[in-house]
Amino acid sequence: MTVEATAGQAVRTQPKIESELLKSRVGAAMWFLLPMLAALAVVAGWPLLRTIYFSLTNASLTNLYEADFVGFKNYLNWTTLKSGRTVFSGLLVDPAWWNAVGNTLRFAVISVTLETVLGMVVALVLNAEFKGRGIVRAAILIPWAIPTIVSAKMWSWMLNDQFGIINDLFMKLGLISHKTAWTASADTAMTAVLIVDIWKTTPFMALLILAGLQMIPKDIYEAAEIDGVHPVKVFFKVTLPLVRPALMVAVIFRLLDAMRIFDLIYVLTPNSAATKTMSVISRENLFDFDKFAYGSAQSTFLFLMIAVMTGLYIWLGKVRFDGGDR
Amino acid sequence: MTLDLWHITKRVAFYALVIFIVVVSIFPFYYAILTSFKSGTDLFRVTYWPTSFSLDNYMSVLTTGSFPRNLLNSVFVAAVTVLAALFLAITASFALSRVRFRGRGLLLMTILAVSMFPQIAVLAGLFEVIRFLGIYNTPWALIFSYTIFTLPFTVWVLTTFMRDLPIEIEEAAIVDGATPWIIIWRVFLPLLWPALVTTGLLAFIAAWNEFLFALTFTSSNATRTVPVAIALLSGGSQYEIPWGNIMAASVIVTVPLVVLVLIFQRKIISGLTAGGVKG
Repeated sequence: MTVEATAGQAVRTQPKIESELLKSRVGAAMWFLLPMLAALAVVAGWPLLRTIYFSLTNASLTNLYEADFVGFKNYLNWTTLKSGRTVFSGLLVDPAWWNAVGNTLRFAVISVTLETVLGMVVALVLNAEFKGRGIVRAAILIPWAIPTIVSAKMWSWMLNDQFGIINDLFMKLGLISHKTAWTASADTAMTAVLIVDIWKTTPFMALLILAGLQMIPKDIYEAAEIDGVHPVKVFFKVTLPLVRPALMVAVIFRLLDAMRIFDLIYVLTPNSAATKTMSVISRENLFDFDKFAYGSAQSTFLFLMIAVMTGLYIWLGKVRFDGGDR
Repeated sequence: MTLDLWHITKRVAFYALVIFIVVVSIFPFYYAILTSFKSGTDLFRVTYWPTSFSLDNYMSVLTTGSFPRNLLNSVFVAAVTVLAALFLAITASFALSRVRFRGRGLLLMTILAVSMFPQIAVLAGLFEVIRFLGIYNTPWALIFSYTIFTLPFTVWVLTTFMRDLPIEIEEAAIVDGATPWIIIWRVFLPLLWPALVTTGLLAFIAAWNEFLFALTFTSSNATRTVPVAIALLSGGSQYEIPWGNIMAASVIVTVPLVVLVLIFQRKIISGLTAGGVKG
């Protein structure tokens, strides 16, 4: 706004010099952008295109360049046997892949939901005024600062079936009757992953929500208090609607992030079918099983899912904002 | 009387919640430190408070194996990644925040989209590029590939910061005949220091913690970074996980980060929210 106004004024007084100046500024801007755009094209754009291309070939780790184009065979392929029966193969009929898709979606939805709720609780606590608030804020930054791999190792030690402190504590509290192999058993592996992820990411959520909470003018709360509105009602009728834009941004960021989870699962519950996500299974095919093309197809599929989700969000977001719901 | 009691209960409940949050946040790290100072059979006895003190695990991690080398690798990779990203981002953010041109909004959205990229989607293509460049299994492979997440992030946050700088300063510089290049490095840079520290620190943490690329693009003990080294740290046999060493290595890797984060608390929170909420 200010830029436009001042530029406009200047144009009226000194039209020629200003327009030349503007032109040279735009020219300089293009040169400033070029290195960054070139870098992003080389590390993101080109590799993405190559991955998509590989997914349409029969490339393998040792044979990247002489691979043949096979169309969509990695996604879906069928052969008709002599008996007349048709056998399908490929990504779209691979139960291991759909298991990974299910795991990813389950993980993303549950972790983001719980992180949002718990993040809101922590943010509300931090938004209240009390002694020791600084300590709490510093404390919740610690899980965020710890590298994911380190937190995965710390928790896998704490969740260890024989020597883990969690089993010891839960036995003492009478919550469980016998020691549980949290990360190894198929029933609890996903719970273990969720616990660690929620522990690590709730602080991030809380800080983003807190920033939104602090933008709400204090006098609204004072007015509500004078009118004797119940705090729970204040939360649902005042706080939540006002913090919603910030909350939505935080949720979508976390959701996209959760969809691509790799490191925590790779370290905490290796080789467990109960937690294997889309990223884990694609990397396995790409580099461990030497099914480079098939792995590329899987990562392309994940990319498309995330692209569609982002597109939907932008589209829905626009509709809502245009509807004057702000 | 009942009102007072209600009031007290509420306060107690609130502080119980506060204590619960603090304990849950800190305990795993506390327990890792506690474990890292245990040795021998002590390691396998669950204790809630420090009972013994031994530096064995630290000695073994720092003197045997390639962990010191991995630490150096991590420092080098993260530092060079951050410097490269900041250098490219400063000029780009100037263009994105202070110059009006067609397609600016679309460009910003694209940059944000790249930072939301699932890294696995570029893994196969990046592997090919890295092998083509001949930098596979070197720190440069990591510096190169980390650009995909550090650059969009730094551009995005620096653009938000630069947009808020007053126009008058820039006008004065233009009147004095300064070119955009001079404006960036002589006029804006001194004002941008706080923002650079914040973004640099956040990008450093991201590069320090990265796992997927580091696991894929390095293949020998000498070139690995610490997250991969810790993930692959193993004992004499498959069933002998060296928990003491893992915890000592974890503490060594984490303590500098925790200290940095606590020192720069406010800056980090403002940087995170600039990257998130304002987006």
